[in-house]
Amino acid sequence: MENFDQIVLALVIFVPLVGAILAMFMPADRQKDVWYFAIVVAGLSLILSVYIFVRYDYGAGGFQFHDNYPWLPTPVDINLTLAVDGISALLILLNGIILFGGVLISQTIVYRPRDFFVLLLALGAGVFGTFAVRDLFFLFFFYELAVLPMYLLIGVWGSSTDFRTFFRTKDYAAMKLFIFLVAGSVLVWIGILAMYMGASDAGFSTFSLETLGGLAEAGRFSENFQTWVFPLFMIGFGVLAGLWPFHTWSPDGHVSAPTAVSMLHAGVLMKLGAYGIIRVGMVLLPEGAENWMPVLITLGTVNVLYGAVSAMSQTDLKYIIGYSSVSHMGYVLMGIATLDRIGVGGAVLQMFSHGIMTALMFLLVGAIYDRTHTRDINVLRGLFSRMGVTGFFFAIAGLASLGLPGLSGFIAEFMVFTGAFRTYLPLAVLAVIGAALTAVYILRLLALTFFGESDDRWEHLTDASPVEKAVGGVFVLILIIVGVWPEPLMRLINVSVDALPGV
Amino acid sequence: MIPGLTDNLQLLTPEFALAGLALLVFAVDLVVPASRKNLLGWLSIAGLVGLIVLSLWMLWGESESLYNGLLAVDAFSLFFKIFFLGLGIFIILSSMDYVDKHLTSRGEFYGLILFSILGMNVMAQSRELLTAYISLELLSFCLYVLAAYARNEAKSNEAGLKYIIIGAFSSALLLYGVSMVYSTLGVTQFDSISAALTNTADVSPALWVGMALILVGLGFKLAVVPFHMWAPDVYEGAPFPVTAYLAIASKAAAFALVLRLFAEGFLPAADQWQIVVAVLAGITMLGGNLVALAQHNIKRLMAYSGIGQVGIILTGIAAMSADSILPVSGVMLYLVGYSMTNMLVFAGLISFFNMTGKDEIADFRGLADGQPFLAATIAIGLFSLGGLPIFAGFTIKFYLFTALASQGLLWLAGLAIFSSLISLYYYLQVIRQMYIRPVEEVAEAIAGGEVHVPEGTDVSTSPLILAVQAVTLVGVFWVGVYPAPFLMVIDAASHAILPGL
Repeated sequence: MENFDQIVLALVIFVPLVGAILAMFMPADRQKDVWYFAIVVAGLSLILSVYIFVRYDYGAGGFQFHDNYPWLPTPVDINLTLAVDGISALLILLNGIILFGGVLISQTIVYRPRDFFVLLLALGAGVFGTFAVRDLFFLFFFYELAVLPMYLLIGVWGSSTDFRTFFRTKDYAAMKLFIFLVAGSVLVWIGILAMYMGASDAGFSTFSLETLGGLAEAGRFSENFQTWVFPLFMIGFGVLAGLWPFHTWSPDGHVSAPTAVSMLHAGVLMKLGAYGIIRVGMVLLPEGAENWMPVLITLGTVNVLYGAVSAMSQTDLKYIIGYSSVSHMGYVLMGIATLDRIGVGGAVLQMFSHGIMTALMFLLVGAIYDRTHTRDINVLRGLFSRMGVTGFFFAIAGLASLGLPGLSGFIAEFMVFTGAFRTYLPLAVLAVIGAALTAVYILRLLALTFFGESDDRWEHLTDASPVEKAVGGVFVLILIIVGVWPEPLMRLINVSVDALPGV
Repeated sequence: MIPGLTDNLQLLTPEFALAGLALLVFAVDLVVPASRKNLLGWLSIAGLVGLIVLSLWMLWGESESLYNGLLAVDAFSLFFKIFFLGLGIFIILSSMDYVDKHLTSRGEFYGLILFSILGMNVMAQSRELLTAYISLELLSFCLYVLAAYARNEAKSNEAGLKYIIIGAFSSALLLYGVSMVYSTLGVTQFDSISAALTNTADVSPALWVGMALILVGLGFKLAVVPFHMWAPDVYEGAPFPVTAYLAIASKAAAFALVLRLFAEGFLPAADQWQIVVAVLAGITMLGGNLVALAQHNIKRLMAYSGIGQVGIILTGIAAMSADSILPVSGVMLYLVGYSMTNMLVFAGLISFFNMTGKDEIADFRGLADGQPFLAATIAIGLFSLGGLPIFAGFTIKFYLFTALASQGLLWLAGLAIFSSLISLYYYLQVIRQMYIRPVEEVAEAIAGGEVHVPEGTDVSTSPLILAVQAVTLVGVFWVGVYPAPFLMVIDAASHAILPGL
């Protein structure tokens, strides 16, 4: 087991990556075979990520499963260093779950299926990598690797929508998303080079997060330096986390993306941004973080309110969920910005909870759209009588989203509020109002879509397919389990949050 | 007789052999019947492979200076020699179909390529301004002829004419600069220039103008903004493989010369030219990439993209310093990755042109459905040029920008990263044409209906181009994922021109 523990992180990255490469050589027209293969690969990744989560020793804390592969020697000195703490382990688990779910429900992809799964697995590998590495070069490498497939995934397999007053094409959405995300990584890249420069001023030339973290702890980066570098990471990673006002790519992208990609994107990819702010910004630049946190928490509060208000006025199911993601990522950003152990812990739990919840919602919207060919909540009416299970799952996801006690969202948001009340009282009050607005748009969505008089047109609708039901059911179970028994997650989160500097 | 003229003459064997090979190709051309001209291509390739083996066998580990320091036979020149010989093989492989199909006087084509490689090899070896000038002219004259090679096409003629006029003009500037450096310092050898610069307290205006003129002359050859105006027209008019050759080899050769000249010669006066080169680099990458946004012809797009890339490579020259090999290694790694990536893209474009005879970006619409492999190679190449992992483009950019950061030029690195973002937009436009279909067409494709694929693309890619694609594809991934072996060789080459480290 000791040996396996050493390579498990490398495996969790390379299983999907090698899977993607192998899938390239499969025949292009054997849709089912490619799908089965992708299921096996994603399943293996899921098993590995569960293993990492279970084997993480929360008693010991810190970084575990250390592994190191030298990549470039001095003078640049880059190593593929792998290790995870509780936060990473939790997010790796999240990615494993959603990647597997996304692959499972993608049997409906019939146009160029092989290329779809190649890109999807590459994306998964990129996300696993970002969470598992301890070197800025590789963090950025995998971060970009996760962004790269998005353009084609949305552009080729996405859908264009006619909103009567305007038209959103999939290539518009794909280009917008891609340019926004790469523009964000421009800032991140400059920030990483600035860290390298800062370290060479201190006599080190390294990208290693361990070494840089040590330098930060020893106070080797001047406050001035930290104050101008931190916003590069905050905004750069923030773009991917949906930080207002750089969030506009996110609803458009989610609406045009195929179901599995929306799930992964809203469920995991946006968390990469928040993770980056914690792992790079907060740890390496604690003083910069302290100086900038009032800005971040203000923007986060705007996220919450702006996303909620926007979601209230939308009539397209996917746009509602897209803006709801913007709103919920606001809680994550707020939680991080409190620099309070409860607040940051809440932010991390919210990442996990929102990931599952939003993936579930996109899954269900996909199921509805496949059958009705519309996502307009004014047209959809009374679906509950035809699609009972879908409606039930949607209700659970919605209730988790508005923070009903007993579901995962409640605990996460409650912790974020607690943290915020202890630090920025007025903003916390606004955020609670945001949570009330969530209730408004979620209940409106549920009422219009699922309840009321059933339309004759929906007479022949069938409920979600068995695969969709199974995946959705598992997601619902996770929401409930985390809601009533968050202890296993919180143990991991707390031990790692306590180790963060400045908290 | 000058002393030392015949010392170590055997170290130049590869050059003599290359010149002999070129003459042999010209001679054999006279007896080969018109239908079998591609024999000459194979002869050239066989010769180049032989020369690679010969050079490695004879020159590995050599570090000699010939003719009182006119030519250097060291790790740096060996690196670029192998680099150019290898590029020559790729270029000839990807031109053979094109030459058969579109050009007359097919035999001389290969001979001219070989002579231009000779010019490039000597450029990387020269340690003296006039020697460098003569080898540069040998390269340029071959390129002038090659650009005008499709002699029945007006555009190709225009390209050749434009190229030779601008080329002659820039050569004149270069020569004038050389004469001014000579008039002030009294020497033309790089190491003597370096010694003279170290000893003089301040740089006289005449010397400054001389160095500036040399920079401008080389800037014309490299298509540095604002001396780039010729590049898009020449690229568009020249035969497709020649465009590729111009975009890759001639730039790499000019950078080989610039690297040695600046490292061995001008480095002590770095404070004089560093900011000039940095500013030139900045406007080159922004200018090239911004104008590229408006292009609709793939050759012009690649021309402007190349200008943008030159700007990025120039940042490495601006960061050169006497106490770190990182910038020099960064530039060389960039050249390796850039050449492999561009070769991959151009092989695909040439193949597409051979099938369809078209070179507008809009003509690529739907290529991914007609020719999935071809489209994938072009897309991978373009993503790599845009600087995305796991391709070469990401790693070489990261390495070069790290070098910039290590020299405190973070603003320049930031500008370069930003210009890469701009470039990604127009690379994506090509990928969009190839891959992204309107939703209705996707539905048709699923239903088994007819979907638009570009006319003429139903033939398969020729095995020659497939070979180029396969090798460069491996190279693009290799540099992108594990560049350490390349860097080992490159670091040795950098040490050769920066011996103080």
